[in-house]
Amino acid sequence: MAATDQDVRPVTIPDAPLTRPQLPSWAPVLVAVVALAVAALPVVLLGWSLVAMVVLTVVIFVVALPVWSSSVEGPRKAKDRLASALVWSAFGLAMIPLVTLMWQVISNGVPVLSAEFFTYSMRNIVGEGGGIYHAIIGTVIVTAWAAIISVPIGVMAGVYLIEYGAGSRIARVVTFLVDVMTGIPSIVAGLFAYALFVLFFGPGVRMGIGGAVALSVLMIPIVVRSTEEMLKLVPDELREASYALGVPKWRTITKVVLPTAMAGIVTGVTLAVARVAGETAPLLIIAGDTDSVNFNAFAERMATLPVFIYYSYMQPGIPPEFGQERAWGAALVLIAIVMALNILARFISRRFTPKTGR
Amino acid sequence: MTAVPLDRPATTRRGDSVFKGLATAAAVMILVALAGVGIFLTLEGVPALSAESGALGGKDNIVLYVWPLIYGTLLAAALAILMAAPLSIGLALVISHYAPRRLSKPIGYVIDLLAAVPSVVYGLWGIEFLGPRLGQAYGWLAENLGFLPFFEGPASGSGRTILTAGVVLAVMALPIITAICREIFSQTPVLHQEAALALGATRWEMIRLTVFPYGRSGMISAVMLGMGRALGETMAVAMVLSATGVVTINLISSVNPSTIAANIALGFPEASGIKVNVLIFSGLVLFLITFVVNFLGRLIAGRGQVKEGR
Amino acid sequence: MNRTSFRTAFVPGAAALALAVSLSACAAGNETSSANGDTEGSSLSGTLSGGGASSQEAAQNAWRAGFQEANPDVTVNYDPIGSGGGREQFSSGGFPFAGSDSYLTDDEGELSAATEQCGSDPIEIPNYVSPIAVIYNVEGVDELNLSPEVIGQIFNDEIKNWNDPAIAELNEGVELPDAPITAVHRSDESGTTENFTNFLGTVAEDAWPHGEVGEWPIEAGEGGNGTSGVVSAVTNGTNTIGYADASQAGDLGVASVQVGDEFVAPTPEAAAKILEVSPRVEGRPDVDMAFDLDYETEESGVYPIVLTSYLIACQTYADQETADLVKGYLGYIISDEGQQVAAEQAGSAPLASSLAEEAQGIVEAISAE
Repeated sequence: MAATDQDVRPVTIPDAPLTRPQLPSWAPVLVAVVALAVAALPVVLLGWSLVAMVVLTVVIFVVALPVWSSSVEGPRKAKDRLASALVWSAFGLAMIPLVTLMWQVISNGVPVLSAEFFTYSMRNIVGEGGGIYHAIIGTVIVTAWAAIISVPIGVMAGVYLIEYGAGSRIARVVTFLVDVMTGIPSIVAGLFAYALFVLFFGPGVRMGIGGAVALSVLMIPIVVRSTEEMLKLVPDELREASYALGVPKWRTITKVVLPTAMAGIVTGVTLAVARVAGETAPLLIIAGDTDSVNFNAFAERMATLPVFIYYSYMQPGIPPEFGQERAWGAALVLIAIVMALNILARFISRRFTPKTGR
Repeated sequence: MTAVPLDRPATTRRGDSVFKGLATAAAVMILVALAGVGIFLTLEGVPALSAESGALGGKDNIVLYVWPLIYGTLLAAALAILMAAPLSIGLALVISHYAPRRLSKPIGYVIDLLAAVPSVVYGLWGIEFLGPRLGQAYGWLAENLGFLPFFEGPASGSGRTILTAGVVLAVMALPIITAICREIFSQTPVLHQEAALALGATRWEMIRLTVFPYGRSGMISAVMLGMGRALGETMAVAMVLSATGVVTINLISSVNPSTIAANIALGFPEASGIKVNVLIFSGLVLFLITFVVNFLGRLIAGRGQVKEGR
Repeated sequence: MNRTSFRTAFVPGAAALALAVSLSACAAGNETSSANGDTEGSSLSGTLSGGGASSQEAAQNAWRAGFQEANPDVTVNYDPIGSGGGREQFSSGGFPFAGSDSYLTDDEGELSAATEQCGSDPIEIPNYVSPIAVIYNVEGVDELNLSPEVIGQIFNDEIKNWNDPAIAELNEGVELPDAPITAVHRSDESGTTENFTNFLGTVAEDAWPHGEVGEWPIEAGEGGNGTSGVVSAVTNGTNTIGYADASQAGDLGVASVQVGDEFVAPTPEAAAKILEVSPRVEGRPDVDMAFDLDYETEESGVYPIVLTSYLIACQTYADQETADLVKGYLGYIISDEGQQVAAEQAGSAPLASSLAEEAQGIVEAISAE
């Protein structure tokens, strides 16, 4: 039928319409409402859960709209509508974890927050009370040390890759390996730090600086990448102008190139700090856990927020409620810190990025 | 003072060579660090080869010990990627092509937020929220789809199964894959896209004919990198998964394989003696696996770039 | 223009760092120094760092808190690195005292190494006795009696159903469901598993042929990470059974275990009794209170599945300060007050007074060389 239809069309319909019939613009809304209504039936009649209703609504919508469209608009348009429906439901699905996670952390964490929670450590605390002061201090010290180690190395390596080694064999290898290095599992970084420190301090070593070394392994590649990207954006005219004034290359880099790219580099470093501040596994292995404040990264165990959350939740003590409450409170604080760093990074990059004139 | 004209080029040159030396040293340092990771793990891992069954959880040798862990690691990562890859590509399309221009940036930020959540918090979420809810779904799966070997059951009531771990890993891999894909999709030449639309293609046909072929290698490498993340993720799995260390394809029962990373995190704090070496050895294996996956991912991405550069 | 942007971009970072530094200048609110309120003129000061069995951790936390409050100049650390790690660190001189779920033996030369480190026989005192409960979650079953053989068969995956005749026989009048058993075990290495399997391997060797193991030996049943993991797996699952410190059982059903002709529930009193009926390890000096637990006892009112943990220390130390600290801290642990604190905070069973007296005598004799 279809074939003959097409064969004869040019002949029988001399003035073929330029547009095909289309569904009205309110069609998706109508289908959605009908799907919702149909899905609500088993909820009312059979007592299904709300989750089942939502799932059913989406399924009906994803099937019904293309079928209707296919009968009116033809298969090509139907496929397009199917693709749109699927893509948007992928988006909806991806929002579920984010929303539920935030809701859970906030609703469990907010009641725990108090002045004591921020100013007390867990020393001499059994059961209720106590706080995360020691863990906050530990996280600040360990990430600060990690930044102190990785920022100079990362920035200088970025400078080498763009200003000195550009196109050379070493530079290509380093660029590639930096990319590969971004994929090192965090626990492997922790094991590396442990294996390194064992050689000097003997088995069972735990100290904050080891955690900083492990975090540096994770942080350096991020710093190198962002430095590289930013230095690439510095226009060559700036460098050439500087050379023309007789300024040596290293002065050009420190006085012209790096300052121009500074906002971007600071953004990259902030993002890197945000990434490693939430790392748990390496710190679990090499920094350990303690219940008192430890300011010295070079001796003894050091509590950090992620490890504190892990142990408070997994080994809450008796009765378990108090430990788990503290875990949620600490999780809220940790997320707030990481998010704040992310927002700070965006702020820096938007506010201070020099216009490249393009 | 008299020697100024001669002196200045000399200091300049010295300053230059010192600075260049520093920069080169930093770059070489990275190579050394990466090599160091391999070397130190090997140094501390090798003694595990002669470990006896006491330190190997009753297994006769290190290969028998590591093999089920490798299986679990790969299974969890594969499950995660099966779920995350289509979702992320859809998400990336929403950001790059479907969402109104005003919305696409905020959506991108929101997805980036997922990447910023620390893994230990994902662990809490997995135990408290996801596990119990998926547990109910597993009961349904075991009843209705029990004929499939994956859903054979008996379903775990707490929902702390390898499939749940896979879902958590998928959520964690999602932002990485999405970020790379949306970058690639938005780089598709506008002329190609407009040409397709001008020929009467629907939006989906335009995407299929211009965006996907252009971004194929980028998509593959994005998925590989997401896989790298899923392979090495530790805390979320360690917290969520109820591991027994078996090799099974049953995804929803209470008897589950463990992963290398989770096994290290659980065993390390109380390990001593040769047991530490055994765990470090398994860490070395994980390092090699992720290295290969990331290596391939970058290689594919690199090749794609060469082609685009014509 | 470039320089300004550099500076302004740098300021927030520097400010954050300065804030961090100023923050770190003050100690936590609850870690005030001893300047105020010199309590009872305590003469002890210094830091004592030991470690070992994580089973003792909750109790150690309570003891440390109590001891540090009484002696504000003292800091005690307990590193829960596991029994093996604790013994290793003790023998190598890393820890002045250690906690261990099993006593020192010479199977791997540990006893000799410890003796050499101390210069004389090491002290071993049982300081922490805690009943291990068999917990279950089966709807409609409020009381459950089990024999060691049946427990062994359940955890060895041989009895797979709740209405198995072997279980029914022990529980007349209880309606057991026709449902599969999910046996939950510890997925990490633990002293709880070690003591639990040691009991099964000794009393019900036919049903549990795997002997004493720290890590679960068979690939069956659900794994739970840590005591809390096992408890939550049993709680959230249906028709589950597991084993955990009795203090953590909460609202779950707790099985009574057959001893002789009666069934005994895991109370602290019943658990403490096992040390009274068990023999000492032969050939040990007076300062070594190592017990070979008599799991097969038929004595009335004894609950046999217990976790016993020891304190290991030296008789003499090189310096006075360490000797005083160890003596003070161990003395506090063994004291009535210390045992009572642990019973409240960690659910352990207080030592019988005769044993506590003997231990107190041993601790009193700790001195500097």
